[in-house]
Amino acid sequence: MYPDPRVERFINDEFIPARFHVKKHPEAMGRFHVDWTPTILILDSGGSERHRIEGFLPNDDFLAQLHLGLGHAAFTAQKFEQAAERFDRVVHDFPGTDAAPEAQYWAGVSRYKATGDGNALKATADAFRDRYGETTWGKKASIWAA
Amino acid sequence: MSIPWIEDADQALAEAKEGGKPLLLDFTAAPM
Repeated sequence: MYPDPRVERFINDEFIPARFHVKKHPEAMGRFHVDWTPTILILDSGGSERHRIEGFLPNDDFLAQLHLGLGHAAFTAQKFEQAAERFDRVVHDFPGTDAAPEAQYWAGVSRYKATGDGNALKATADAFRDRYGETTWGKKASIWAA
Repeated sequence: MSIPWIEDADQALAEAKEGGKPLLLDFTAAPM
């Protein structure tokens, strides 16, 4: 059960939702290589895993991770503009979460993939100078600064 | 509001493919 109505609404709007109990559905745990609960998997419409959330998260962090997962699903489907919009929303709506710097990184990559313009990566590196620069994602983006 | 959880993985995969929607799979040890 999700006590935050924003979570329920988002799941209902964006996903086909399925739930498996560790004791009632052990075969599903094995099938999807789940060894701990709670675990949330986001799969694309073809059934390929695109994002995994292991362990409890507070509501904003959890919502940010769901958005991040949709961004990754769009990215791997090569819908790069849609992916950038998803990732941007994480940064804009959930700036204080751990998902935000990861989303900022992938938003830049998505823009680069959409346009082929290397300035998208440089702009992302510049953005990390202002915020999230000390995170792993900021360090990864630092190679684009020049 | 409640979430219409599906408890059959193959059914969920089929509905996702048919509707072109991503899936959210929730694995839990909490009472259902």
